[in-house]
Amino acid sequence: MELNREENVMLEGGVEKTSSPWRNIWSELVKNKAAMVGLSIIVILILIALFGKYLMPYDPNTGVLAESLQKPSSAHIFGTDEQGRDIFSRIIDGTKISLRVGITAVAIALTAGIIFGSFAGYYGGKIDMYIMRLMDIILAFPSLLLAIAFMSALGKGIDKAIIAISIVTIPEYARIVRGSILSVKENEYVQAAKAIGNNDMGIIFKHILPNVMSPIIVRATLGISTAILETSALGFLGLGIQPPQAEWGSMLGAGRGYFYNAPHIVLFPGIAITITVLAFNLFGDGLRDALDPKLRK
Amino acid sequence: MVKYIIKRLILLIPVLLGVSIMVFVVMHVFQADPASIILGQHATAEQIEKLRQELGLNNPLYVQYWDFLKGALQGDLGSSLITKTPVVKEILSRFPATIELALAAIIIASIFGISIGVISAVKQNSIVDYIGMVFALLGVSMPIFWLGLILIVIFAVQMHLLPVAGRIQIGLEPAHITGFYLIDSLLTGNMASFKSALSHIILPAVALGSYSTAIIARMTRSTMLEIIGQDYIRTARAKGLVEKVVILQHALRNALIPIITVIGLQLGSLLGGAVLTETVFSWPGVGSYTVEAILKSDYPVVQGAVILLAVVFVLVNLAVDLLYAYLDPRIKYS
Amino acid sequence: MLLQVKNLKTQFKVKGGVVNAVDGVDFEIDRGEVVSIVGESGSGKSVTSLSIMGLIPNPPGKVIDGEILFKGEDLLKKTKKELQNIRGNEISMIFQEPMTSLNPVFTIGKQISEALIKHKNMSREEALKKSIEMLELVGIPSPEKRVKDYPHQLSGGMRQRVMIAMALACGPELLIADEPTTALDVTIQAQILDLMLKLKDKLGTSILLITHDLGVVAEVSDRVVVMYCGKVVEKGTVMEIFERPLHPYTEGLLLSIPRVDEKHDKLFMIPGVVPNPLNMPKGCAFADRCHRCEEICKKEVPPLVEYEGRQVRCFRYLNHKEGKV
Repeated sequence: MELNREENVMLEGGVEKTSSPWRNIWSELVKNKAAMVGLSIIVILILIALFGKYLMPYDPNTGVLAESLQKPSSAHIFGTDEQGRDIFSRIIDGTKISLRVGITAVAIALTAGIIFGSFAGYYGGKIDMYIMRLMDIILAFPSLLLAIAFMSALGKGIDKAIIAISIVTIPEYARIVRGSILSVKENEYVQAAKAIGNNDMGIIFKHILPNVMSPIIVRATLGISTAILETSALGFLGLGIQPPQAEWGSMLGAGRGYFYNAPHIVLFPGIAITITVLAFNLFGDGLRDALDPKLRK
Repeated sequence: MVKYIIKRLILLIPVLLGVSIMVFVVMHVFQADPASIILGQHATAEQIEKLRQELGLNNPLYVQYWDFLKGALQGDLGSSLITKTPVVKEILSRFPATIELALAAIIIASIFGISIGVISAVKQNSIVDYIGMVFALLGVSMPIFWLGLILIVIFAVQMHLLPVAGRIQIGLEPAHITGFYLIDSLLTGNMASFKSALSHIILPAVALGSYSTAIIARMTRSTMLEIIGQDYIRTARAKGLVEKVVILQHALRNALIPIITVIGLQLGSLLGGAVLTETVFSWPGVGSYTVEAILKSDYPVVQGAVILLAVVFVLVNLAVDLLYAYLDPRIKYS
Repeated sequence: MLLQVKNLKTQFKVKGGVVNAVDGVDFEIDRGEVVSIVGESGSGKSVTSLSIMGLIPNPPGKVIDGEILFKGEDLLKKTKKELQNIRGNEISMIFQEPMTSLNPVFTIGKQISEALIKHKNMSREEALKKSIEMLELVGIPSPEKRVKDYPHQLSGGMRQRVMIAMALACGPELLIADEPTTALDVTIQAQILDLMLKLKDKLGTSILLITHDLGVVAEVSDRVVVMYCGKVVEKGTVMEIFERPLHPYTEGLLLSIPRVDEKHDKLFMIPGVVPNPLNMPKGCAFADRCHRCEEICKKEVPPLVEYEGRQVRCFRYLNHKEGKV
């Protein structure tokens, strides 16, 4: 018993140690101007997504056909689209879709990736082989192509877009988690946790995962940008969110027929996508630099 | 080396089997009934049922897959539901266009990406470095299809410098030798064709390559920075070599090992990106053909195209691995 | 005089300030001589050697003052191109880490040839032939085969031999060896030192040896320069330094060599640590660790004084007549 208590103290010490580096990482991150710009944009985008309906000058989904394809003006600062809808309002309305799809898809992929990756890494052997072969098969497709294939099979819609995008990114997370777990599996604190009779799930989720989170978090943050880009690509191809719901990618897709004469119709949704993706990239890069002690100088 | 390649190719077989099963299952489990697509909205239930029998759609899924696999191994991926032409024939006729576009994009991306990366690393923290990295960041953040549209607006619609879409001016197609217009027109000495093909490929290749350019530039910069700090670079300088030789031979040669891996992986992902770029520029490749097929629910075409692109993707990635082993003398083929 | 270093000052800009890594160093090397610079890490000995080579990474480092006269010409006034023509040709250098100092993606033949092609206008074939000769000279067996090897195919000792072959290929007048044996096994150390000495006699090269290992110094050098915190604290012939060290720091260094003939229970260690280069004491940099520290040592920086025909940086010798300490 005595020994157990000691080992528990040791293990708790180990967990505690991980909490103070988070503060260091934050102070490191605050110093990184680019990351802070990214974070600020993300916060603003989230606010727009939450309170956008108070900012929209027009209803995003109903237009006046007589006013279609108007250039930006004081009445419509980003102009109107082919159905006479206010582009500014539609971009605001589209914010929540892009963020929702991006974040949910990554959350799902991350969860699945963590489960697959930890099982594969922790148990090894046949389980590892089957899981990783499955991941290899998913990785054998260019990811956008596989997402398109899934969409064409699943049918259109936001939930299906989320599923398609998350499935194709599961292997990335699974691989990182598996690699990290393999690298710490033999560490003393894991062996100690095993020795005092923790069950496998407890060891994986309480003792191993907290210690391998940093590469996973970085990947997930950058993964949100990829997911947002892929959502917009699906929308552009007409496979994503269904009209009349405003989504940046499908706004571009719909605007394709008119952009020779009215380039503003494709200009603004693209800028919205770029800024959003850029924000997550800036923040993700900053996180990576802050979390990677090799780069810290 | 040959032994190693054979071994790697054998290891690909289970992956490719998995790929075919996955695509097949996805397409058959979720897809709308192909019989009703072929027959259209006004078909009766009996007609549909009859066609289902004929197409073997009532057989258990594994039997259907087995038939499909037998066909696939003989180079038969079924026929388009709409045009009735064999899928393989349709895809192969469009393949050179996609490959030509992807290669043009990767060449542009490699040249610009490596140059920007090397310059940024050598001039670390200078204004040149910042500008290069801001462009790289924009490159990974812009949707390529949007960049394509913007390029069309600027260079085609506004400035009339380059054509809006297509692969070549109609009537100027060169004689078919390799299927690559740029190469065929050069081989036949047909300069008018070459000029037309070149002017058509620039915008889509730039758009398609933009993301890869950025990735390659960032990768090159960070790798070069790491390598410039290595002891052997100091040794090279201590030998009295000029800085150009130190950077472009001693440092870049080492950096090329990871850079080429990234380029190879990018080449693979360009095949996915081609779907978008080809759609934007009406480029007559496999990508735009696949999108059309999806919108028309022509599932044998989608299935065949996805499988073929995946096969190419896997082979490209294998080639990258082999090249990596070849470039790094420390790696042995085993 | 082959090389004269006068009042060399090299600075590094770091987070939180400027470090004077080399702070007014003077010494000289004659033809055929082996001079050692001794000191702990952080004493500025490596920076001194890199300054001579013109290989200080800039930024953050920069030579801010002094002269480095090589055959009477100031290297600090040379253009980049002139320096490149001297490096690897008239002055060459070998480094501490043989494992990482060779480029992993080129054969050793190519790496030795490079300097020959650049400086001696040789063709590839001539350079390769000469490379094989050099490999033979440094004692690498079957050199005509080895020349096609990559660095990872050689052991650490072999790689250091390759480094020496590379450095000596163009027949330099000065070889700077920065801790050439530190990373090697003891038995290999002796072989490499022997080899350097043998080749020195054969080729007439002068050697500037940078080391923290007084054992190595005793074996190979003619004269010794002891450095501490960027400054020369004592200079003398190897006999003088070992027989009768003047500076308390040199004394400490000598006492800390493990000896077989004397039985000590514990190895001597100089107490204290090297001061933070960003926060140097006002007086003598060694004062806090010195067992002969006096009032004045903490207040003023001691000058380099002449004493019995030798130079030492310590107040004890400033006002004393010869032989009275």
